[in-house]
Amino acid sequence: MKKRFLALSLALLLVAGCLAACGDNGGSSAAPASTASTAGGGDNGSGAAIKIGGTGPLTGGAAIYGNAAKNGAQIAVDEINALGGLQLELRYEDDVHDPEKAVTAYNTLKDWGMQAFLGSVTSKPAVATSTEANNDHIFFLTPSASSTDVLGGVENPLTETIDIPRKDNIFQMCFVDPNQGSASAQYIYDQKLGTKVAVIYKNDDVYSTGIYNSFAAKAQELGVAIVSTTTFTDDTSTDFSVQIADAKENGADLVFLPMYYEAASMILIQADSVGYKPQWFGVDGMDGILTLDGFNTELAEGVMLLTPFNADSDDEATSKFVSTYKEKFGDVPNQFAADAYDCVWSIYNAIKDEELPEGISASDLCDKLIAKFTSPDFSYDGLTGESMTWDETGAVSKSPKGMVIQGGAYVGLD
Amino acid sequence: MALFLLYPINITLRRGTRWKRGKRGAGSVRGFAPYAESGGGAPGQPEAKLEVVSLSLVNNLINGVSLGSVYAIIALGYTMVYGIAKMLNFAHGDVIMVGAYICFFICSDFGMSPILGILAAVLVCTLLGVLIEQLAYKPLRQVTSLAVLITAIGVSYFLQNAAQLMWTSNPRIFPAIFGSGGIQLIGDLTIPYKTLVTIGACLVIMAGLILFTGKTRTGKAMRACSEDKDAAQLMGINVNRTISITFAIGSALAAVAGVLLCSAYPKLIPTTGSMPGIKAFTAAVFGGIGSIPGAFLGGILLGVIEIFSSAYLSTELANAIVFLVLIVILLVKPTGLLGKKVSEKV
Amino acid sequence: MKRLIIRKKSRKNFITYGVVVAAFIVLASVVSAGAMPSALQGLLVPMCAYIIAAISLNLTVGVLGELSLGHAGFMSVGAFCGATAAMALNGAGVPDWARMAAAVAVGALLAAVAGVVVGVPVLRLRGDYLAIVTLAFGEIIKTVVTNLYVGKDPAGLRVGFLNPDIGLGKGGMMIVNGPNGISGITKISTLTAGFVIILLCLIIIFNLVDSRSGRAIMALRDNRIAAESVGINATQYKLMAFVISAAMAGAAGALYALSQNTVTANKFDFNTSILILVFVVLGGLGNMLGSIVAATVLYILPETWLRQFSDYRMLIYAVVLILMMLITNNAKIRIWMGKLLPHKKEKEGEAHV
Repeated sequence: MKKRFLALSLALLLVAGCLAACGDNGGSSAAPASTASTAGGGDNGSGAAIKIGGTGPLTGGAAIYGNAAKNGAQIAVDEINALGGLQLELRYEDDVHDPEKAVTAYNTLKDWGMQAFLGSVTSKPAVATSTEANNDHIFFLTPSASSTDVLGGVENPLTETIDIPRKDNIFQMCFVDPNQGSASAQYIYDQKLGTKVAVIYKNDDVYSTGIYNSFAAKAQELGVAIVSTTTFTDDTSTDFSVQIADAKENGADLVFLPMYYEAASMILIQADSVGYKPQWFGVDGMDGILTLDGFNTELAEGVMLLTPFNADSDDEATSKFVSTYKEKFGDVPNQFAADAYDCVWSIYNAIKDEELPEGISASDLCDKLIAKFTSPDFSYDGLTGESMTWDETGAVSKSPKGMVIQGGAYVGLD
Repeated sequence: MALFLLYPINITLRRGTRWKRGKRGAGSVRGFAPYAESGGGAPGQPEAKLEVVSLSLVNNLINGVSLGSVYAIIALGYTMVYGIAKMLNFAHGDVIMVGAYICFFICSDFGMSPILGILAAVLVCTLLGVLIEQLAYKPLRQVTSLAVLITAIGVSYFLQNAAQLMWTSNPRIFPAIFGSGGIQLIGDLTIPYKTLVTIGACLVIMAGLILFTGKTRTGKAMRACSEDKDAAQLMGINVNRTISITFAIGSALAAVAGVLLCSAYPKLIPTTGSMPGIKAFTAAVFGGIGSIPGAFLGGILLGVIEIFSSAYLSTELANAIVFLVLIVILLVKPTGLLGKKVSEKV
Repeated sequence: MKRLIIRKKSRKNFITYGVVVAAFIVLASVVSAGAMPSALQGLLVPMCAYIIAAISLNLTVGVLGELSLGHAGFMSVGAFCGATAAMALNGAGVPDWARMAAAVAVGALLAAVAGVVVGVPVLRLRGDYLAIVTLAFGEIIKTVVTNLYVGKDPAGLRVGFLNPDIGLGKGGMMIVNGPNGISGITKISTLTAGFVIILLCLIIIFNLVDSRSGRAIMALRDNRIAAESVGINATQYKLMAFVISAAMAGAAGALYALSQNTVTANKFDFNTSILILVFVVLGGLGNMLGSIVAATVLYILPETWLRQFSDYRMLIYAVVLILMMLITNNAKIRIWMGKLLPHKKEKEGEAHV
């Protein structure tokens, strides 16, 4: 009983606190938000800053992706604000890679007065937030959520129906999963990289299964033999000996790894310890493997991957971005950071020449952005691709670069 | 391809290889022969086939023992704390993570010897364990063990998030401090050094713990506390102090486990300890919670079952199969493999 | 004396009902006045689901006295079955509230079936062995649902396991898509539905606890051997409490699923089970109002108020959790509280773990 009353009084106190805090944020959207992640720019006479929000896993097991995107977007916002003119304000909220929390994070951003949304960093939360953003008509451009369910409007080939209708204000900066899978299969076939292919993928992950499904379909179509298909999940992502042994015993000479780099690095290390050296082939999630702290890059020698971003590139924009990132956050940026950076810049490019009324509503801004992004003369050159364009499907059109790792660095293929 | 015919359940060729039904189907008839058969489809001599089969079997066994030895060493720390304090220390996995980080920084960033790294990890973790115990667990000693369980979860969240703030969420690859090679048996079969070290460490720690709890005064006091706290108190044992010592030892073991876990599976992130922690806890229950040899046995068996079920049944369902086997064994032997049968009194 | 005890008990029950109804009236009026920030408003229905899950787990842990670490598994069964039912009825001209009710009923029913399947073997075990087996079942349910494919086409429902190609015909629609879970759910759960289910669960639990069966269950909790010696059928009564608890968790799962755009099997993992257990233990074992309050506070807190701390959010949440546990269990504070509220002295039910 005593416990109950204490808990009750504590609860009332805290709930009152919540309501008060939320009320503040919702009520006076002009006041700067009290988070550490807001931009330093502030208003310098050119009207109120455009508020850009994003959600991503900032804590928990997937925190690398969310934090990278947040940092990348922050660099872009700082650069833009330093130009003077149109000012941006950025706020990232934590979604712990959970759709439920992502919606709350999105709602928090909405209460803050967000005018454009960088979406969610990971696929499953993005499916949830894109639906919300679609209902609220807030422009959504995700750096890295590559599932087709995010965009909607993709026909299921078996049933010839569209399970999730196209959400007209949702756009992606990254490749959509099926494109990556089929492009990889096509590349392997064209370049005759392997006759017997093994695939290891993460079967509780939307990204990994999405790529695998399209890869397998394309491989079958082209007659590329998949001799071994094995999976892992979050709970079984420590030991890969079975998956490696299966590939090895089935004589696979190429192993396709549609997964993120931290899992892939474990596979490379464990395969090396049993002396298995096939041709490794990765996707854009593989990027970042060379800058893993403590990873012996010799193990990645000869790994091929399709990636839009290369942190070692001599390209001026990239090297500037990488050095700023290192200076600010102490790490080498991965593709998530680069994609988020590109997202902010492309939104900026789309609206910089527009006449924006003071305090434009998210919905009006959304209309302008959709019109701009789908217009044929809008294209954007960024870190993750040149002359990128978008169409009504929301998917980006840019060509993945085939890369091979040689001497601890990416070397362009083709 | 003929293997697919054995399983008529809606399987398509595209998906055919996903769940290795064929292997299991044929395997039940001819031992583990399908492994050889699917090995590139080379129709070798029968005896050559048999050799490949037994090789892959032995290989999987080695992999299973490697994984199991890591579970075992974590389970030892779990069972130690559980047996005496009667609480599920959910923060154990996160103390492991802290130990691994400390060792990583000493070895990788300062380039000092691994021994120094392990010592530093043990020291830091012991202090951390004592600190956690004093601040978070000790005030709750008189209330239900469930209350402490919740505090332990709070401590676990705290450690994970503090680690992320201090050391970022970027993964680090733990150095191979025991070398990457192994002892070569026949052909491709090698037992990695790290597995040998882990098993050796398990055996040493196990022997040490058995001797400690059996021979020393403090150890005997621990056993007394685990039997009956009130009676132990009446016999003049300082129960509070004994439990604190248990936590100190448990945390020191966690540090060692952290180093061994990460040298076997080198991805180091702030959540590194949580999943192995849960698996090791399962292993400890499997072997009979509170039993030191049981933790070792449970850990090894859990690893072997996990590897075998993903090798011969399904990689998708490996986790489910492990837990199913656990359930079946607990139903047959309700107090775990080596657990004591406690007679109940009214 | 006996009458006094009963009166006291029913008074406690009525306080709980009263608090729930009052909270509902306040929240509903704030929502309808449009004064609630969308972040908080979006949390209300899932909050109801967590409250139901917490009170149902309190039946297992507090009243039955068995530690369950796999409660989210039953939520998962309820969520996936319920959402499938709701989506299968979509377009059949059924009104939203009826689809919602059907989903909750289907979810509760199938979770009850799962409760029987799990309960029969599990309840033979004791203490931590029981806890670990519930954990194991929770993980098994998660793995199975991750590999489950369900679709509908004009011919009806099609189910597949491990194989996404379930032979859907033209015009068909994938409902449960393996690791992608269910996408494109229409949110038909409402706050009202949530509160109605909470009240129903409370009525069921309070009536069960005050009934003959409830006393048998609590007797088993307090001393199994003594209870059995007076002729109480341990298995039957334990199973009764466990299955009711599972069914309520299933209802919570269905309510939850229909308040989200998308649900995956991974959502209902060990961490969610633990989260619900935290609500129960913090609120007090056997104390339903406590569970409700704890679930509300601990669910709302990190998502709203703590967001202002940005990077330190979860760290502060951890500290709050530890402090709450320490404060509510601190002997001195409890004595002090006891002095403040002398007429409220009552012994808390304790589980024997």
